[in-house]
Amino acid sequence: MKTLLAIIVLLPFLGFLLNGLFRKHGTYKSVARLACTTILSSFIASAIVFGMLSQGTTAETVKYFDFINTDSIKIPFAFQIDHLSAMFLLIITGIGFLIHLYSSAYMKDEEPQHYARYFAYLNLFIFSMLLLVLGANYIIMFIGWEGVGLCSYLLIGFWFKNDNFNYAAKKAFIMNRIGDLGFLLAIFWLIARLGNANYADVFANVHNLSQTDITAITLLLFVGAMGKSAQIPLYTWLPDAMAGPTPVSALIHAATMVTAGIYMIARSNVLYSAAEFTQHIVAIVGLTTALFSATIAIKQNDIKKVLAYSTVSQLGYMFLGLGVGAYTGAVFHVMTHAFFKALLFLGAGSVIHAMHHEQDIRKMGGLKKYLPITHITFLLGCIAISGIPPFSGFFSKDEILAAAYEKNPVYWGLGVAGAAMTAFYMFRLYATTFLGKFRGTHDQEHHLHESPAAMTIPLIVLAVLSVIGGFIGVPEVLGGKHLLGEYLSTVIVPEPHHALAHNTEYMLMGISVAVATIAILFAVSHYSKKPQLEDATGLGKVLENKWYVDELYNTIIVNPLNALGGFFKNIVEKSGIDGFVNGIGRFVNYLSRQIRLVQSGQVGGYILMMVVSVVIILFIWIHDGEIYKFLVTKLF
Amino acid sequence: MSATHILFWFLSALAVVSALMVLFSKNPVHSVLWLIAVFFAISGHYILMNAQFLAIVNIIVYAGAIMVLFLFVIMLMNLNKESEPRKNVWMKLAGAISAGSLLMILVSLVGQATEVSHKTLIMKDGNIGLIKSLGKILFTQYVVPFELTSILFLSAMVGAVVIGKKD
Amino acid sequence: MPIQYYIILSMVIFCIGIAGVLTRRNTIIIFMCIELMLNAVNLLLVAFSKMHYAASLNAPNHATVGSEGQLFVFFIMVVAAAEVSVGLAIIVMMFRNTHSVDANFLNRLKN
Repeated sequence: MKTLLAIIVLLPFLGFLLNGLFRKHGTYKSVARLACTTILSSFIASAIVFGMLSQGTTAETVKYFDFINTDSIKIPFAFQIDHLSAMFLLIITGIGFLIHLYSSAYMKDEEPQHYARYFAYLNLFIFSMLLLVLGANYIIMFIGWEGVGLCSYLLIGFWFKNDNFNYAAKKAFIMNRIGDLGFLLAIFWLIARLGNANYADVFANVHNLSQTDITAITLLLFVGAMGKSAQIPLYTWLPDAMAGPTPVSALIHAATMVTAGIYMIARSNVLYSAAEFTQHIVAIVGLTTALFSATIAIKQNDIKKVLAYSTVSQLGYMFLGLGVGAYTGAVFHVMTHAFFKALLFLGAGSVIHAMHHEQDIRKMGGLKKYLPITHITFLLGCIAISGIPPFSGFFSKDEILAAAYEKNPVYWGLGVAGAAMTAFYMFRLYATTFLGKFRGTHDQEHHLHESPAAMTIPLIVLAVLSVIGGFIGVPEVLGGKHLLGEYLSTVIVPEPHHALAHNTEYMLMGISVAVATIAILFAVSHYSKKPQLEDATGLGKVLENKWYVDELYNTIIVNPLNALGGFFKNIVEKSGIDGFVNGIGRFVNYLSRQIRLVQSGQVGGYILMMVVSVVIILFIWIHDGEIYKFLVTKLF
Repeated sequence: MSATHILFWFLSALAVVSALMVLFSKNPVHSVLWLIAVFFAISGHYILMNAQFLAIVNIIVYAGAIMVLFLFVIMLMNLNKESEPRKNVWMKLAGAISAGSLLMILVSLVGQATEVSHKTLIMKDGNIGLIKSLGKILFTQYVVPFELTSILFLSAMVGAVVIGKKD
Repeated sequence: MPIQYYIILSMVIFCIGIAGVLTRRNTIIIFMCIELMLNAVNLLLVAFSKMHYAASLNAPNHATVGSEGQLFVFFIMVVAAAEVSVGLAIIVMMFRNTHSVDANFLNRLKN
């Protein structure tokens, strides 16, 4: 097991090193082959590990070496392989591989050295993400956490010659960092109270922590999750992160990095189950985010931005699930969301590729006859995300909503409203892009073609997964066995069984499906015929401008900070410190000029000084050094 | 007050006054003349102390040769009345004060010194100042320095000639 | 005659010489004040030689005690003569180059 895990983690790192260091010498084929092979091998190894665990191998902690070894703190560099991490391993390496395959065709427009740089970063990202999920203590998770943040920055700003993309990358990194502060404080608190941050030790000693401790730690961990998984108020970086290449958006900002927060909280479910207050906060924040970003998505016109806000919204659902105690449900939704969101992003990438980098959906339309495979897979993804049975999204979303109803029917109601909006804007996107007449230029129409196989194969695979992926979590009310729940029960303390009667559950399911279907029909009929081309007014304008949140942040935070920085630069640095340092130089110069006057070159002056010195020496000598003694006793 | 004492005081006064006049004369020729007066006074002191040889040598060498040389140079440069611009008053003051303080200190030193508090010297007796005894010692004990002085003179001559060449 | 009188007399002449060196700007006058200082020292040396002679009247070789002092004065005069000749040669050369005997002119050591 030790070597298997090492292979899984080190192969992508090796890919990063080779592609990164030799990026000026690679060809398209060699670079792509190297990158995809490493991830594929990691995937196969992850599958082997998964199989071993399913056959009955017990979960274990594999220690490699002592990372920090002092008297008071011992932090081992160890991996924890259990059901939860094995599942995430499969998701990361599987979808990672598909996206690597997709990128090998999508990024062909770049020069070879940038192509190689892209794949190096992508491999580094997979490596960091694997560290994150495999870590056996919060420190190793934090290393991976920072690593994925770094790769996100590098990849968002991949086309670094564009200043706006660089701003977006900086924004992502800085907001991540704010969350990281919370995470770090939680780790420090844990170490201060318990002496180490290993999962096993922490979860076993939960009863040793006071209630304030637990609440504080879980809240701080949630702050970290807020930054990484784009919840209110740290979500504005995700839509801007669409500046990166589309496969990056698919991998990082849909399927893996943003789910790191969910993973962390799911991993810490023991802690969260003991902190009621935090759970309320998590649920409320998640629900608010889900609704808020859904409203924004309704009015966006960039195909990737719609998907970005959709991601934020779905992440809100996952946090809602975590907040009401449905840890399994949230993890289930992570998996299904990874499938269909990656599919949707890759499909969008295919559309953008065909439209020669046009991203405004108002200029698209009627693409279904030009891009058949993309069309079908995109449609399947939309249905899945809207929660229509028997697609995967239905099962995972329903599980969360049922648990929400159990906690508080208001949560459920709002959740259903959010689901309706989700269905609405997704099908608005679908209809505007694929149905109706083509609204682009003649030139673009001529160049429309289906994407190459390297791009369509991942689409097809992901579409299949989105369709059938839900069947591992069929709730027993519908007659199935909740395989995922059983699988994860070793890690996630199973929630107290639903007190819902079967009838209630049927009703809940029915209502959500019906609402979603109505929204879909409305959206399709409305948008396939007359797409909205004119600029929105009124509430629509507010939604289109993302409720002016970015502007708000700018005025409250960014501009004052810039002003403060400017103040420090001009007054403190330039006048103060520079002035002081330069002043010393000027002062020394001045002194030397004055002292230089002593050397007048006049011999007479020199003789005068000689005589005066002799007088002084004789004087002191006569009085037997009394002067010195006098001075010394006076001064000291 | 014997004649020796009176002579001593007279010669001392003459020496000091002449030295002061060397300092304060505007005309360099006058300064030279006053310096010659100083030399005569000092030679008088030598004679008082029965250092005859030195007295004569002082007159011949210093007053006779060196001062004449000075006069030649002054005449060569035609410095009849001092044509130098006024020196900075502060410098003059500083010079005078420092010399004065040196004098004070040295005088106080003398007052404090115990080795010389009760020593006296014999003025008129003693053979050591006579040419005979001095010469005897010079040519027996100190003959090497004597020869070396001749070489010194040679080098001085050569130096003076080389420096003074008009090339 | 107590020796202190001679010491003080010599000091006075010496300090007058120093004042002259510090005060005057004519190089030749400065030179003459140097000669003045030398002479003061000569006087003091001769006085000390007589003092030693007086102090050693009871010793057996009293005939020649203290003659070193006067011999030293002799050598000082020798050196003074040599120095004057060379010094005046330098002054003459300086006068030839700059047509002035101002000591302040010679400030090439400046800075």
